[in-house]
Amino acid sequence: MPTIVVEVMPKAELLDPAGKAVAGALARLGHTSFTNVRIGKRFELTVEGPVTDATLAQAQTIAEEILSNQVIEDVTAVFEAK
Amino acid sequence: MRIGVITFPGSLDDRDAQRAISLAGAEPVALWHGEHDLHGVDAIVLPGGFSYGDYLRCGAIASHSPIMAEVIDAANKGLPVLGICNGFQMLVEAHLLPGGLIRNDHGKFVRRDQVIRVENNTTAWTTDFSAGEEIVIPLKNGEGGYIASDETLKQLEGDGLVAFRYMGVNPNGSLNDIAGLTNARGNVVGLMPHPEHAVEAGFGPNTDFRMRSGVDGLKVFTSVLEGVLS
Amino acid sequence: MAHVADTVENAPATPEKEQPYAALGLKPDEYAKIREILGRRPTSGELAMYSVMWSEHCSYKSSKIYLRQFGQKVSPKMKEHLMVGMGENAGVVDIGEGWAVTFKVESHNHPSYIEPFQGAATGVGGIVRDIISMGARPVAVMDQLRFGAVENPDTARVVHGVVGGISFYGNCLGLPNIGGETYFDAVYQGNPLVNALAVGVLRHEDLHLANASGVGNKVVLFGARTGGDGIGGASILASDSFDKTGPTKRPAVQVGDPFAEKVLIECCLELYKNELVEGIQDLGAAGISCATSELASNGDGGMFVELDNVLLRDPTLTAEEILMSESQERMMAVVKPEKLDAFMAVVNKWDVETSVLGEVTDTGRLIIHHGGEEIVNVDPRTVAIDGPVYERPVAYPSWIDELNTKTAAVLPRATDGAGLKEQFLQLVASPNLADKSLITDQYDYYVMGNTALAFPDDAGMIRVDEESGLGFSIATDANGRYCQLDPYEGARLALAEAFRNVAVSGATPMAVTDCLNFGSPEDPEVMWQFSRAVEGLADACLEMEIPVTGGNVSFYNQTGTNAIHPTPVVGVLGVIDDVARRIPSSWQDEGQHIYLLGITREELDGSAWANTIHQHLGGRPPQVDLGREMELASLIRGASLESLIGSAHDLSDGGLAQALAESVIRFGIGARVWLDDIIDRDGIDATNALFSESTSRVLVSVPREDDVKFLGLCEARNYPVLRIGVTDGTGADAALEVQGQFTVSVAEVRERSAATLPKYFG
Repeated sequence: MPTIVVEVMPKAELLDPAGKAVAGALARLGHTSFTNVRIGKRFELTVEGPVTDATLAQAQTIAEEILSNQVIEDVTAVFEAK
Repeated sequence: MRIGVITFPGSLDDRDAQRAISLAGAEPVALWHGEHDLHGVDAIVLPGGFSYGDYLRCGAIASHSPIMAEVIDAANKGLPVLGICNGFQMLVEAHLLPGGLIRNDHGKFVRRDQVIRVENNTTAWTTDFSAGEEIVIPLKNGEGGYIASDETLKQLEGDGLVAFRYMGVNPNGSLNDIAGLTNARGNVVGLMPHPEHAVEAGFGPNTDFRMRSGVDGLKVFTSVLEGVLS
Repeated sequence: MAHVADTVENAPATPEKEQPYAALGLKPDEYAKIREILGRRPTSGELAMYSVMWSEHCSYKSSKIYLRQFGQKVSPKMKEHLMVGMGENAGVVDIGEGWAVTFKVESHNHPSYIEPFQGAATGVGGIVRDIISMGARPVAVMDQLRFGAVENPDTARVVHGVVGGISFYGNCLGLPNIGGETYFDAVYQGNPLVNALAVGVLRHEDLHLANASGVGNKVVLFGARTGGDGIGGASILASDSFDKTGPTKRPAVQVGDPFAEKVLIECCLELYKNELVEGIQDLGAAGISCATSELASNGDGGMFVELDNVLLRDPTLTAEEILMSESQERMMAVVKPEKLDAFMAVVNKWDVETSVLGEVTDTGRLIIHHGGEEIVNVDPRTVAIDGPVYERPVAYPSWIDELNTKTAAVLPRATDGAGLKEQFLQLVASPNLADKSLITDQYDYYVMGNTALAFPDDAGMIRVDEESGLGFSIATDANGRYCQLDPYEGARLALAEAFRNVAVSGATPMAVTDCLNFGSPEDPEVMWQFSRAVEGLADACLEMEIPVTGGNVSFYNQTGTNAIHPTPVVGVLGVIDDVARRIPSSWQDEGQHIYLLGITREELDGSAWANTIHQHLGGRPPQVDLGREMELASLIRGASLESLIGSAHDLSDGGLAQALAESVIRFGIGARVWLDDIIDRDGIDATNALFSESTSRVLVSVPREDDVKFLGLCEARNYPVLRIGVTDGTGADAALEVQGQFTVSVAEVRERSAATLPKYFG
């Protein structure tokens, strides 16, 4: 079945406590090549029939209105999974 | 008899665990996550809380703490280790107990006075209970749903490794109503409900007789006392 | 990012530079005043500081002239146990045995409407940091929540977000949530109220005040890094209502990190314990602007700050943004230079990021450098203390006389037992009286192991000393409907009810905190409500001789011209020598005698009955006799000391009917009750006997063997008492029988009570 992927990230200017905690743990465990971690969400929407511009647009809409909270999160990607 | 309680950043019920140990008649020893020293304690409690905010997975970051290397080592040599709530999650993350704990099936944090049944009264932490004894202790978690593969569940049930089971209400969607587990040796026990919050009359769960009078949790701590002394 | 610094040196040379003071919430005369103070135009950094610090939220400019009454209307007795009064981060009360309690309630209303989860979460975080800054360990939280109508679809969004946020933050912080309030009313639809109260305990010698004293002492910022959270939030939020048609001024919200705050609590307590800090100031609204100017104003008067030393989460922040950022979980400490190494060792132990920003000076100026340039040079008192003060126009509401004539006394009443039963059950199931477990089951009250009472008891109670059992009790109340009818009486009623709730727990009321939630101060009728409510509360506190120790004002809770009902939330703190003496709110045994203390009058105006049965609000609120309330409290305490009572339940919303309902539901023990004696003695009908909301009344259960003693006590104190029933029946057969009127099974009462919230929010 075709799948549309939606990625949602906490807004760049807002604190991401989860990412911060993981970044701290990585540093303590000696993985010093990584300076920051941000944690987002990935949604996989299974589509009935082919993915069209219309279904992508619809996915974009629900991504913005339902899957994310636009006050604190951004939709960073909506695309068809290959 | 000295029982260590490890404090991690974000531990919340560490003082409560220490109080429970005192009330049981043992000496609580505060241990720090960043050390490698268990200070020669006779048993260890991993307390409840939200270590490191539980942001990655509950207990995941804490299970990589310096002191956990020593805990895993000692547990494998037979030292009694009890993980309560977040501590249970750490034991699972550290693979001292099988399976995993996920978000409650109803999606919310829940606090309730929970009836559980003692399924195995031969572990280091349960000998003071009678087999099948039903007790009431507080439960409070957001991610307490126990999951494991069918194969693991079968093995847990077959080998009698389910230490505690939820009765009446399954508060978080745990498979087989599992509230707590033991390892095969019986020295490592983890459970989601909080025995350390049912040790002092007036501050515990409600019972049929009196408000906040439940002290069923105390036997968890007295059990280990007798085991070590004998 | 080419952001050219607007320097102090440059400002006098460019007096004509246009500055966005209006967008920052400043009025033209306020901007002119700033220019007058400085003798030049402010730099953009200074403008940022003044704008946030002179906002309504931070400066109390509309309320100040009224709030002074709390400091003026005081008797010597009110100062007796007060260690720190109004004006500090939180008041501190001596509870004996060398212990003190600090507590405060604060609003986080507007952010909780925009982003309910984070708004409510950071509300808890903010009030807890106030408590830490006094040198205390936080030990409990409570929330006072008011939402729109249950059936409005937006209400569910706000309820789930707010409750989830409180649950997430408070539970993760490890603070027992021991009580609070939840009300639903369409007047709060676009303006929900999210008030958060925190309590802390400390030994007398651990008391710290946040001020920057000692020239040469270091000013240290520690905790979370500074990011772009809630920039301008404080001023913009407090100066504009949510106008749906106009351009939105919604700021970026703040995101809370309870784990960081938990670590910060432990870190601060270790710093205090090892005597490594002179003082710690929390960073809340107005962030670094507020912390530096307040610390300097309260200390030796001067401070030098190197803003480049602030650790940033977002390196692109400008100096102005750094000054205004409301990033959460940050603290500012004043540290002696010789203790800095030891200080750093503690913060490092807790993995708390820290940077030294500058030091205390005696110049009388707050000077801030950024990028090698001086961008702020002000007298900190002009920023933090001597802000504008307004005497806003006040107007007697045009509608209130008419509202006061519309009494509920004329509304149709039930004519028989079946009708009363139906109304009884309707009230039990009404959203404001129904079981709140759906909400409170998401809060941990076990953590710390010292919770002696929590919801649904009338008050929350915490043990302070594990040896002696010394503890405190706390309750909050506000009835916006009463306040709409008469804000002066409404505020007095709120105090009376919170006082009574603490008294029925067995504790002695000692001190007050308040969170005054009102509409726009620019509306003269709202300002009248505010002035009357403050006057009522101050007068009542003087009469009851308990001091207001601190609190908060929240204005602009209105959409267009629709203001909320005036909602002065009053919190009362009481002390109890041994929490083992606590009194439960509901009976736990069969065969106890049920007594009603106090007189019932024809008082249905503003009641839950009028609201639920008739959707009616009008008339005059119930009379309140504060002297009577004090006698009642003293009587309960006397009975408790002699262990004469099994339970005590305050009568308020829903009257006797609701108190009976809650008493039978809690432990499943039924009761047989008769109303005849109340009706005969007080000259009222059955509807009033059940649903009147007359004050100074408590429902008490007494073991039979203590009957004579208890009655003797009431008689000796000349307090009206009537035996109205007996507790009877448990299990499936338990019922509430109101003799001659109706019988209803406890199971049905419980079911009706429990079904309502899940129906809307399950």
